[in-house]
Amino acid sequence: MKNKTEKINIKVALTLATAALLGTSNLAQANTASTANAEDNSWEFDSAFLFYSEVDRVSAGEAIFNAKKTFANDEILNLKLTVDALTGASANGAVAQPTVQTFTRPSGKGEYTIAAGDTPLDDTFHDMRVQLNGQWTQPIAPNYTASGGLHISKEYDYLSLGVNGNLAFDFDRKNSTFSVGFSYFQDTFTPEGGLPKAFSSMPKVSDSVGDFAETRIDSEDTKTTTDILLGFTQVINRRMIMQFNYSYSIVDGYLTDPFKVISKVDSGTGLTQDNIYEHRPDSRVKQSVYAQSLYHFDSSVLDVSYRYMWDDWEIDSHTIDTRFRIPLGDAFGTESYLQPHFRIYQQSAAEFYQPFLIDGDTLPTYASADYRIGEMTTYTVGLKYGLLVNNGHDLSFRLEYYRQAPTDAGFDAPGVLNEVDLYPTIDAIIAQVTYSF
Amino acid sequence: MKKNIKLVLFIPIIIGATGCSSLGVEPWERDLLAKDEMSLNASPVDAALDDHIYFSKEASSGGKGFGGGGCGCN
Repeated sequence: MKNKTEKINIKVALTLATAALLGTSNLAQANTASTANAEDNSWEFDSAFLFYSEVDRVSAGEAIFNAKKTFANDEILNLKLTVDALTGASANGAVAQPTVQTFTRPSGKGEYTIAAGDTPLDDTFHDMRVQLNGQWTQPIAPNYTASGGLHISKEYDYLSLGVNGNLAFDFDRKNSTFSVGFSYFQDTFTPEGGLPKAFSSMPKVSDSVGDFAETRIDSEDTKTTTDILLGFTQVINRRMIMQFNYSYSIVDGYLTDPFKVISKVDSGTGLTQDNIYEHRPDSRVKQSVYAQSLYHFDSSVLDVSYRYMWDDWEIDSHTIDTRFRIPLGDAFGTESYLQPHFRIYQQSAAEFYQPFLIDGDTLPTYASADYRIGEMTTYTVGLKYGLLVNNGHDLSFRLEYYRQAPTDAGFDAPGVLNEVDLYPTIDAIIAQVTYSF
Repeated sequence: MKKNIKLVLFIPIIIGATGCSSLGVEPWERDLLAKDEMSLNASPVDAALDDHIYFSKEASSGGKGFGGGGCGCN
């Protein structure tokens, strides 16, 4: 009983703190949080910590704190704080070679060395990001619900500002819902070392300041993303609900990755002659269709979704994501469940994706060796275990294995490139703890 | 002729309407649908974390919700 009181006090304290932050401090409201009857009119909190780690590459930690308040008239305020930190190495785009390779860091100051036969990884990256989201949702007329939100995210070299709006219309006894949504993001990228000139050679550390500056076009650039989302939700029967979405997204601006290079290799030997900065188009139009279905068996719940995405970079992708929630009853002395998760994703390569360029050939208009826009299949297998702790608070643990397996889209590799791994797989572990109260 | 066209247009609407009328439930049949785990976004925190991972590692994003911007990870 003592324990129960303490838990409630944490919630009351957080409610007070949140209310104070919002400038709407209201003791009476906070007090109601401790009475079960007023639970609907109080704050709900979700907190989560996720650890992501790739073998020999990137590690990241991400924490989320979400506060949601439902008001008496069905208005909902949602506030979310996300903090993440990233460190480790990521592929710089160059091909592996049978000899040691040296690359200049993006700042132009310092270099890193890659052993013979290894995929070149740039270990320069350390970043921390803070993100704030606010969302307000309310009924505006019978059967109509409107929602609007703001987004701000800041990291060392990146600022993202966003707004979104959504309108939903319920009909047929609320068994069907049409929704239309809109979002707009304005991102500003200020990368360390500035933006490199398209296809310019990676400078040497020994180059003068002037020579380094010659390879740069600017210190920052912007990108805008406009999304339109149409949705239809239908209750099929007492056990089943389905959702269908169509989305249209226009991305405009600087879409090149300023840290990525592409190797120019000799057509006979396959030996690298030069590493030049990549160049992508300055616009991308993406579309997708998405279908999701939830089915309630006698006690377990199956959640299956499929997404087909296509864009004008000639990438198309298929994603199947499924979760199966199996209640374990009170087997462990408290109500708990297990939830296996399986996801498979497959994408084709962008039309300008090239794992390398042949030295002496005419340069294409655009080229990138970034494996993330190459042909690839990824797999996720995971398991979540959730249990109810004091006062019906949820505690859950999730452990997943994620494999990215890039594949050869039919490029003829000359000479030594046949002896190195041009399409290395990447294995990662995802571990997460969530506590909702 | 005009009448026929109208009829042709009308038939799918009738089929659609009668088809749909067998879908859905009455308010008192929502016991299972009302459960948290039957929500289309049952774990929004998991979904947000997953979206961030896959947005930064793969060439696709969004579909279920908005897929735009937000980080310099891609």
